[in-house]
Amino acid sequence: MIANPFEYSTPATLAEALGLIADGAKPLSGGMSLIPMMKLRLASPEHLVDIARLPELNYIREENGELHIGAAVTHYDVESAPLLCGKCPLLAETAGHIGDIQVRNRGTLGGSVAHADPAADYPAALQALEAKIVLRSAAGERVVTAAEFFIDTFTTALEPGEIVTEVVVPVEPGLTGTSYQKCLQPASGFAIVGVAARVRRDGANFGAVQVGITGLTGTSYRATAVEQALVGKPATDETIRAAAAHAADGVEANSDLHASADYRTSLAVSYTTRALHSALSRSA
Amino acid sequence: MSTTFAPSTTKLEKLVGKRLRRREDPRLITGTATYVEDVKLPDMHHAVIVRSPHGAADIRSIDISKAKALPGVVAVFTGADIVGVGTVPCGASLPGLRRPDHHILAQDRVYLVGHPVAVVVATDRYIAADGADLVEVEYDIKQAVTDPEKALAPGAPAVHSQWPDNVAFTFHQNGGDIDAAFAEAEVVVKQRITSQRLVPNAMETRGVVADWKTNDRSLTLYTSTQIPHLARTLLAGMLGIEENRFRLIAPEVGGGFGSKLNVYSEEALTAWVSMKIGKPVKWIESRRENFMVTIHGRGHVDYFEIAAKRDGTILGLKLKLIQDLGAFHQLLTPVIPTLSVLMMPGLYNFRNIQAEVVGTFTNCVPTDAYRGAGRPEATHGIERMVDILAAELGMDPAEIRFKNFVRPDQFPFPTATGLNYDSGDYANTFQKALDTIDYHGLRKQQAEARAAGRLMGIGISTYGEICAMGPSVATPAGGWESATVKFEPSGKVTVLTGTSPHGQGQETSFAQLTADELGVPIDDIVVLHGDTSIVQYGIGTFGSRNTAVGGAALFYALQEIKEKLKKFGAAMLKAEEVELGDGVCLNPKTGESVTVQEIAGAAYRGVVIPPGMDPGMVVTKFWEPANFTYPFGAHIIVSEVDAETGDIEIKRYVAVDDIGNQLNPLLVDGQLHGGAAQGLGQALWEQGVYDDNGQLVTGEFMDYTMPRARMMPWIESSHTCTPSPVNPLGAKGVGEAGTIGSTPAMVNSVVDALSPLGVRHIDMPLTPEKIWKLTNGRNA
Repeated sequence: MIANPFEYSTPATLAEALGLIADGAKPLSGGMSLIPMMKLRLASPEHLVDIARLPELNYIREENGELHIGAAVTHYDVESAPLLCGKCPLLAETAGHIGDIQVRNRGTLGGSVAHADPAADYPAALQALEAKIVLRSAAGERVVTAAEFFIDTFTTALEPGEIVTEVVVPVEPGLTGTSYQKCLQPASGFAIVGVAARVRRDGANFGAVQVGITGLTGTSYRATAVEQALVGKPATDETIRAAAAHAADGVEANSDLHASADYRTSLAVSYTTRALHSALSRSA
Repeated sequence: MSTTFAPSTTKLEKLVGKRLRRREDPRLITGTATYVEDVKLPDMHHAVIVRSPHGAADIRSIDISKAKALPGVVAVFTGADIVGVGTVPCGASLPGLRRPDHHILAQDRVYLVGHPVAVVVATDRYIAADGADLVEVEYDIKQAVTDPEKALAPGAPAVHSQWPDNVAFTFHQNGGDIDAAFAEAEVVVKQRITSQRLVPNAMETRGVVADWKTNDRSLTLYTSTQIPHLARTLLAGMLGIEENRFRLIAPEVGGGFGSKLNVYSEEALTAWVSMKIGKPVKWIESRRENFMVTIHGRGHVDYFEIAAKRDGTILGLKLKLIQDLGAFHQLLTPVIPTLSVLMMPGLYNFRNIQAEVVGTFTNCVPTDAYRGAGRPEATHGIERMVDILAAELGMDPAEIRFKNFVRPDQFPFPTATGLNYDSGDYANTFQKALDTIDYHGLRKQQAEARAAGRLMGIGISTYGEICAMGPSVATPAGGWESATVKFEPSGKVTVLTGTSPHGQGQETSFAQLTADELGVPIDDIVVLHGDTSIVQYGIGTFGSRNTAVGGAALFYALQEIKEKLKKFGAAMLKAEEVELGDGVCLNPKTGESVTVQEIAGAAYRGVVIPPGMDPGMVVTKFWEPANFTYPFGAHIIVSEVDAETGDIEIKRYVAVDDIGNQLNPLLVDGQLHGGAAQGLGQALWEQGVYDDNGQLVTGEFMDYTMPRARMMPWIESSHTCTPSPVNPLGAKGVGEAGTIGSTPAMVNSVVDALSPLGVRHIDMPLTPEKIWKLTNGRNA
């Protein structure tokens, strides 16, 4: 990599890192998006603070029915940690779809979330999980929901000087079925469309359902029209088909070399159908 | 003084035909091979090239003052400085070819994005890159044209102002009586078929280290090339230096696929910079540059017409081929589409053709040889057209092929395009493929699938290709090859080949051949290549020629050194008649023997020199082939299309290839698998896409879909064997076969799957969105 000159710090503590960031340094947390941009000299930060090495941000623990995941946990650890595989399989499954094994070994949950690529995988799951994102700056800490956090393409609720320190997801109730289904852009491995679904049964009907969608438009979103079309209806193929048709309601789809807006929209419906089928089959 | 040996006393196993693992692999897979980037010389400087961000622009001014002022920057050069350096060479000799001056740095205009404008030389690569950012170029941006058909339209922007029609050449090839064929025709089918631009993407990008020694007037150039000797000859001419003071080394070369069968601006420029500053200079191409400025492949728009009788007999073929040349001619740019024309008839027995090639300038990087080089385009065209004809006639695509194949009793078969096919039994090979995949059973399955609403396709490709480039008369710089076999005094054997293997595995297969012929242990044999100061001279590696031409040269060198061994052996044994075999020279009358190692040692010591013989044990052989070779085969792909998403699933892939005799079937498998991966890459994923301004939209691995291992199907590979009569090994060549056979099989399979929807043709790549549009009743 022949980047522009830059300074690189590896602070030992989060407090030290936040101090450097408050002074204008750019956080580096895996570098799976930032480094390629620096390689092409499209980004030229003068000072990088490596927060992926902070032990304070590298943990996965269960507290009061919630799972707390430090921002520096790698995708591979999200994908393979027994605690997550057992108690939040949707997030683990989603992590397994990211990039390739090299990317998953380097990239971090917090780095990906903070970058807010519109085609990233995590946001679909975090929307469906109604996750909480913990933000810290030298001034203090606050917590926002995924729905509040993801605003637009590469745009989040992060204020200058703030970083993502933790993601909080619920312990999945045993009867809930979850699934992440992704149409991948074959060159980059990013999602053309990714759909995360959580399904509970209520007898022969759908109970609570959450659906999060990524890749379709500038930011991830909850497909509430799909959810509403399912709740209380018979858990059948016909219900799913009819509900999934609302996957892109009110959404202006992206268009690029790999998928036009029409095709993306069609894929959103198809992959929502698949995700709901799969989640339903995994629910009890 | 006598030397002691430990010659093998047990009979050695024959190795030709064995699946030996590559001797090259340990260094490659442990990261200990030496590529250009690994070459580090004392006081070495680094060059970074300032490139045009525009597809077409006049250069108003270049300000290098800030770059020069940067500490660590040693020199900055622009187009004004390179007075006396020759232009980038093109080996084509087509009549009337328009040749734009291709300077190594832009003069007053840039013609493509990436066009070199200046070079910054610094003490390290980071400083050189920082310096390049400080070079200020003022451009007057002009309208670019990147689509060859748009470039040919009236009023299109002129790529080169002196040729406003953007036509670099037209080339005609006619055979037989095309008018009579079309007059006789009961059916004519027409189709426009494109073969999109592809980016070769060798794993190792290009790179150069130049080391000029002013006092010796000598240059050593390390460059990642497939043609070390030709590159030296051509670069010496460009630089005005003496060939005998110019050593060119192709160290480990991490793939080429034709993209390094060339002479590039940067090779001459790096050398010239080294000569100017009197220090070693390194230039390493970034991946981004590799996409932008290393040659692309394909780039065809073809208009086919095929004339036939109602019974499926093909009478003739017309082709108008529009070749997207890019902005300049690289080494073989204009030649490649003429290879397509030569191979237009494929495996079929028709005598009437009419072809016109329109070589078209665009504001894009030049196209040139990329694995298959002209033959994949031709094969895709003819194999698609045969399927389209079959569909028009309601015939089975297998049946129409059997009806039209050249028959075994017709070889050597002179084609309508002036080639002479060496040998083959096309129907036999095709039948083997059909039997392997149970073709008739598959058609029944397909009928059931269709009845159930599923889109299942069976795609056939029966391909032929032209390999073993080639007779010198048909090759711009000579088509022979050379080999030296040298016994060292200790009895060890060194082989020098004029080919320049870079992944093909001849360090292994040539050692196998040498071991068998000389009866020496393979561990006693070293195969060297790619260094002009070590190897006699050679043509290089391209056109599936290493084994069929370079191996043949080695074979003849081995026969000659065996004769010499016999003469020396006879003298040592004081026998009139001796037999040579299994590494031993035997007097059959007495049973006395000497080993070849003992003979070699004696030949160097000069103890016994037979009358008329010279001491030493070295033979060099240059060998000229009398013809190309013509491998062929049949690839069949079964696919299923998901109508809802447009996804394509490959269910089965059967390949039966006839490449003549094989030195090492493991290497053959590797070549076929890699070739098929690249062919499927073209069929399904890869595309070099330019926007109207000349920006390469798919200029990163983030957007350019290279096939990955997980995307590959299992290939059920087998062979028939029709030895080539052209060379003593009976080898035909396999380097490009997979690339040529796979692409039409894939496309034919998907078109077959969609044929119930009335689909007759789909242009590559078969992206899911294109398929989705067809399955959802929209125009692709």
